[in-house]
Amino acid sequence: MTTATKRLTTSAMIASFADPGQRTASAPFGHALAALAERDDRIVGLTADLGKYTDMHVFAQAHPERFFQMGMAEQLLFGAAAGMAEVGLVPFASTYSVFAARRAYDFLCLDIAEPKLNVNIVGGLPGLTTGYGPSHQATEDVAIFRGMPNLTIVDPCDSVDIEQAVPQLAEAEGPTYLRLLRGKVPTVLDEYDYTFRLGKAAVLRGGTDVVFVSSGLMTMRALQAAEELAKHKVDVAVVHTPTIKPFDAETVLAEVDSDRLVVTLENHTVVGGLFETVASAVVSRGLGKRVVPIALPDEFLDAGALPTLHERYGLATDTVVAKVLAELDR
Amino acid sequence: MTTTRAEKVRDAAYRMRHHILDMGEVQGQGYVGQALGVADLLAVTYADQLRFRADDPHWPDRDRFLLSTGHYAIALYAALAEAGTVPVSELETYGSDGSRLPMSGMASYTPGMEISGGSLGHGLTVAVGMALGLRLKGRHQRVFNFLSDGELDEGSTWEAAMGAAHHQLGLLTAMVDMNALQADGPTKGVLGIEPAEEKWEAAGWFTQRVDGNDIDALLAAFDAAAERARPVGQPSVILCDTRIGRGVPLLETREKAHFMRIDEDEWQLCRDQLTEGHEGAR
Repeated sequence: MTTATKRLTTSAMIASFADPGQRTASAPFGHALAALAERDDRIVGLTADLGKYTDMHVFAQAHPERFFQMGMAEQLLFGAAAGMAEVGLVPFASTYSVFAARRAYDFLCLDIAEPKLNVNIVGGLPGLTTGYGPSHQATEDVAIFRGMPNLTIVDPCDSVDIEQAVPQLAEAEGPTYLRLLRGKVPTVLDEYDYTFRLGKAAVLRGGTDVVFVSSGLMTMRALQAAEELAKHKVDVAVVHTPTIKPFDAETVLAEVDSDRLVVTLENHTVVGGLFETVASAVVSRGLGKRVVPIALPDEFLDAGALPTLHERYGLATDTVVAKVLAELDR
Repeated sequence: MTTTRAEKVRDAAYRMRHHILDMGEVQGQGYVGQALGVADLLAVTYADQLRFRADDPHWPDRDRFLLSTGHYAIALYAALAEAGTVPVSELETYGSDGSRLPMSGMASYTPGMEISGGSLGHGLTVAVGMALGLRLKGRHQRVFNFLSDGELDEGSTWEAAMGAAHHQLGLLTAMVDMNALQADGPTKGVLGIEPAEEKWEAAGWFTQRVDGNDIDALLAAFDAAAERARPVGQPSVILCDTRIGRGVPLLETREKAHFMRIDEDEWQLCRDQLTEGHEGAR
């Protein structure tokens, strides 16, 4: 078989979504947590047999006495994290998002969220960040978690977001859920006048024709698509909303309330995520405004190579560009 | 005449059973049968074993008592009233609107309630984290988790059992109410859990099984667990076979029900039987 005919493969559980040649940072979560623990002795780390795959191993190596391996037991992971928070520690507990959201929900809800404990849930492989198939693709994690009272939900774009978010998550009093990006994570937001502020959205760039409202890795794609659309004489504003809940409706609606085309972009099913968050804010405010979603379809997704899947399900930069041009009739 | 430990516990359990009947009457029904069954077990815990300050439920040096079986709150309220954490006069608000004593206790507003139980199979997982956390902080407090035989159906209980043994949580003690009954009927018919001792032993726990209504046996078992309790060591479980409705023959012999119905005219009869039984035993 020649390389020309060889099909792309899933290759690994965790495929990188960084573009070739893109600047990246290695394991930003693990390094940020290890650094935070240097100055805050309440910090502990736990995992359910996924330390290496959630960058928790970096923390474990730096602070072995404050790292707890709970085994492949997600209910124990989060119950124990609750117990640690009850005695005054600040746990970060990591597993894959699918297991946090689907297997351990009752424990997160009753042991952590109801008593408002400072437990920080760290979920790997959020949305479509693995080609492994539905068992590992947490396409509906935000939809599941948004209904949980007291829980703060953070969907970071890049290594800058993650590094700056970790201390703020620890500082926030109640529980948080971080949609982890791990391994070699793109570094994007340092090119903008931007600082992560928990609970706040930020306008990364202005634009007169279109408003993108995005979170997570889709902010990176939104910025790339905005550059591309400029070549088509389409001027795009990008509003990054790394905190999905509580949602910064004020900042977002100030941008939405205009005669520009409004598009939401999220690495998540179109059901129950950023699109619906924005839509409900728009309706609650009484704005008669159409919002166009770019999101994963309401279905179980295929396995395959990540670039293929991002293309197929509309998360790739060129599919975003095409969709916007079609909406604008260009 | 000096009062022995057993006598002190027995008298506490007797008063707690009266509290349980009084609270049960407020609702007209409820988990009275189970609560009467575990009164001896909770009396041993609160009157003899647990280190706590009744007037300061958040005292940092206290041992932790976690009620995983949330619907047993009626029994714990009786123990907390006996201990002095909850005023006896407040018990009549049990399960009423605005009460601090709901049917299932809430850590956020019920005095002396460490966790909000209710969803079964949670307590032991939280207890593992507390024991790990207290040990990390260099504190040598014990953590007691109360659970029921029905909770042995839950996979999370066994996740926690393995975790506690793996992390050698020697200051963790689980007490299991083996009353052989759960919501849909006898435990044996719902989901068999025997041989329970072998399961806990295989999971790595120091395991004892006692008659949960024999105060001398309970004291001996708790003393043996306390003797072995150390920061790094084997966790300890005491499986307590209890009799539903214990102390009130009318209820002991009634058809066993998870949610026992007691008629209006029966409550005083229950109290009289309880008092007669206690005085007869003196």
